[in-house]
Amino acid sequence: MIVYLIRRLMQSTLVVLAMTVILFVGVYAIGDPVEILISPDADQMERERAIAALGLDRPLWLQYLTFLQNALRGDLGRSFVFNEPALTLIMQKMPATLELAFAATFFAILIGLPLGLWAGLRPEARSSRVIMATSILGFSLPSFWVGLMLIMVFAVQLGWLPSTGRGPTAELFGVQWSFLTIDGLRHLILPAINLSLFKVSLVIRLTRAGVRETVLMDYVKFARAKGLSESRVIFVHVLKNIMIPVITVTALEFGSTIAFSVVTESIFAWPGMGKLIIDSIYVLDRPVIVAYLMIIVLMFIMLNFTVDVLYSVLDPRVRLQDQKA
Amino acid sequence: MAPTLEVRGLRTHFFTKAGVLKAVDDVSFSIEKGKVLGLVGESGSGKSVTGFSVLGLVDPPGRVVDGEIIFQGRNLTGLSEEEWRKIRGRDIAMVFQDPMMTLNPVLRIDTQMIETVLAHEKVSEQAARARAREALTQVGIPSPDERLKAYPHQFSGGMRQRVAIAIALLHRPALIIADEPTTALDVTIQGQILYEVQKLCRDTGTSLIWITHDLSVVAGLADEICVMYAGRIVERGPVDAVLDEPLHPYTRGLIGSVPSRNVRGHKLMQIPGMTPSLLNLPPGCAFRTRCPRADDDCLVEPAITEPKPGREVRCYHPHLLDTVA
Repeated sequence: MIVYLIRRLMQSTLVVLAMTVILFVGVYAIGDPVEILISPDADQMERERAIAALGLDRPLWLQYLTFLQNALRGDLGRSFVFNEPALTLIMQKMPATLELAFAATFFAILIGLPLGLWAGLRPEARSSRVIMATSILGFSLPSFWVGLMLIMVFAVQLGWLPSTGRGPTAELFGVQWSFLTIDGLRHLILPAINLSLFKVSLVIRLTRAGVRETVLMDYVKFARAKGLSESRVIFVHVLKNIMIPVITVTALEFGSTIAFSVVTESIFAWPGMGKLIIDSIYVLDRPVIVAYLMIIVLMFIMLNFTVDVLYSVLDPRVRLQDQKA
Repeated sequence: MAPTLEVRGLRTHFFTKAGVLKAVDDVSFSIEKGKVLGLVGESGSGKSVTGFSVLGLVDPPGRVVDGEIIFQGRNLTGLSEEEWRKIRGRDIAMVFQDPMMTLNPVLRIDTQMIETVLAHEKVSEQAARARAREALTQVGIPSPDERLKAYPHQFSGGMRQRVAIAIALLHRPALIIADEPTTALDVTIQGQILYEVQKLCRDTGTSLIWITHDLSVVAGLADEICVMYAGRIVERGPVDAVLDEPLHPYTRGLIGSVPSRNVRGHKLMQIPGMTPSLLNLPPGCAFRTRCPRADDDCLVEPAITEPKPGREVRCYHPHLLDTVA
């Protein structure tokens, strides 16, 4: 297991390194921030001083090496716009996004799993067909439209829920969270639902497919032949087997939820990382863009790793393969 | 003494979109305490479905449409799901064909054994574990304490089948239905398992229904055999009598096609044609189209007759010694 971890760590380091190169060159290619940042009235002297201060006068490879050197010390550069460390800037916004992503994933499991289970166990029932048809809508409706509709119905027409911002927050572990206050929770509901719609559908379909496959297995019939109650057969023998794909996909989806919460955050004016990155791209605030993408890369790597570890917890057969390797 | 199990006129049909599939059609047999009944037939002859019917485990679209299953003087047809559950695993246990598939891959052996004990008895987990341990010892699994903590994939096929048999034995059932339990195992393991099962049944007075297509297995094991063809029992009698002097042309064909009975260098005997589809059986005797003795009489379904004491056959032209041409 330790060998496995070390190998895994080395692979991850390589991936991160490759990503820094791609990111750096990619962001460099997007455009020159100087044109946006420095006032057009500035004279040549001022321009050059500013360019030198931002380190943009040096060749790309040197800029990259400097970046890498600083990154190893945990410094991902200072924002051109806010003149604050990019990392600090992103970390300030991260809890909001994390909170949203967690809430959305929680909804997805809470709603998707039971519905998928139901549809899988009674594939012919009318209710199951309704669930499956609705899940297609969840897949195909664009989230910006659904977001607007949610605001229209629940915020404007019915006036039940607020539509913008995080609401009041409370501190936990030195971080501000919305879900700790009642009003904050109310602010969280609509954006979380909007973000979870796709995932709910995904979990429903995965669960249903898994159930349909698993109930035909001999071990399910054998479990019944042992005289186990139906609930034990379903919730232990069937569910434990279908959790493997469901957890994998949900965990990986969690990464993309964070990375692509941009749309939802924009619509609901949710002050998270997604909004920050959009604003930074507008003004070509390179350090923030790079830092943000680095964090996303790291997060995906960590999620993948977590999924692998979870896999071996859920599926005992995986452990053996580890030892052989 | 009343038989442990008496099945009378059992009909299990599958209501598929293509039509009604009569998997089991008017099957009757009985089995005394401590005896072994061999249920022999080709694939698709309805022997497994007969087994599942006795356990109330026919999957939809299949259904027991007619007949009586009298177990220890009690008719099981029409029991509620909960009443069935109480019988399964406790009074009637089952061992499946493929040991690689009958144990749940993600649950430890102890979980799968203890849940079986607890499904029927209110005992402490320690007591249940002790029972599981004892059952593993009984089927000849070395170091049971260690093995209890293992997962199914850590066992060989033969060991898994032993575990499945141990699970079947946990409640000392009055009847065990074994559905080709040795077919998937290699010959040496097959011999061991056969020997142990026979011994266990003798020791505990458990009746056994042994479903197989392999006549050589049944020859040494069963007291009585039923030969099934296309959902019906075509011949029934004490095992030695049936094997030495088969009455039904189909039984004769089956025995003839066992390789060891043929002289080296000669062509193996085979039954011409193939098993008819259960969806559109020919009218009359189902074996008619492959039978060397068929004539116009066979266009009408033959009834069960008893041409000799203790021997039943469903044929107009049984191979009685005095009628052999």
